Amino acid sequence: MATPNEIRFLNPPTVEVKKKKYCRFKKAGIKYVDYKDAEFLKRFLNEQGKILPRRLTGTSLKFQRKVAQAVKRARHLALLPYVTDLLK
Amino acid sequence: MLKQYETVFILTPVLSETQMKEAVAKFRDLIVDNQGEIVYEEDWGLRKLAYSIQKKTTGFYHLIGFKAEPDFVAKLELQYHRDERVIRYLTFAMDKHAIAYAEKKKGAPKESAVPVKETPKRVPDVEIDPEIIDEEE
Repeated sequence: MATPNEIRFLNPPTVEVKKKKYCRFKKAGIKYVDYKDAEFLKRFLNEQGKILPRRLTGTSLKFQRKVAQAVKRARHLALLPYVTDLLK
Repeated sequence: MLKQYETVFILTPVLSETQMKEAVAKFRDLIVDNQGEIVYEEDWGLRKLAYSIQKKTTGFYHLIGFKAEPDFVAKLELQYHRDERVIRYLTFAMDKHAIAYAEKKKGAPKESAVPVKETPKRVPDVEIDPEIIDEEE
């Protein structure tokens, strides 16, 4: 009988090393999210200009709300588009 | 009690330099005449809009940070609304973090358009698993 050491897989099982996500605002000590800095806010948007969920960016809830507020202000002032393709 | 606000308005690009200055002066005077106090001001000049507003693709941006009574904001916005030269405006009350940020930014007047935020501590890029994003679409 095969002992555990002898077990071989046809496709080597992919072991994902999960990186711990962190809130960049907490880490960098940023207290205020500036709506005027469109380039910075683009990091929190997908290619269609939608706001990325916290699940992907790792932002804490407190700052996710601030990011959302800033993005919405920037959109209102035409610093960021409401809808687009191939942002970035 | 005075509260601190920040207001940004976009003027139509059809105005000449002097007309634009005049429009800005009008709102500046409006704030001062209503017992307001201008804390800082920024002129971003003619900028491209991310989407067209009233068939215009560019606009003169002007930002004013001021202290005023809360009742004044409604008056200011009414004036914005009535003025045909203003194509978009935004006014909001600043919290303590926003005020601190604005003061810090004012301390470095060299880069008015470029924010100071990123210079001291470089913020790392978001690491996003591309596969997850594909699922989302």
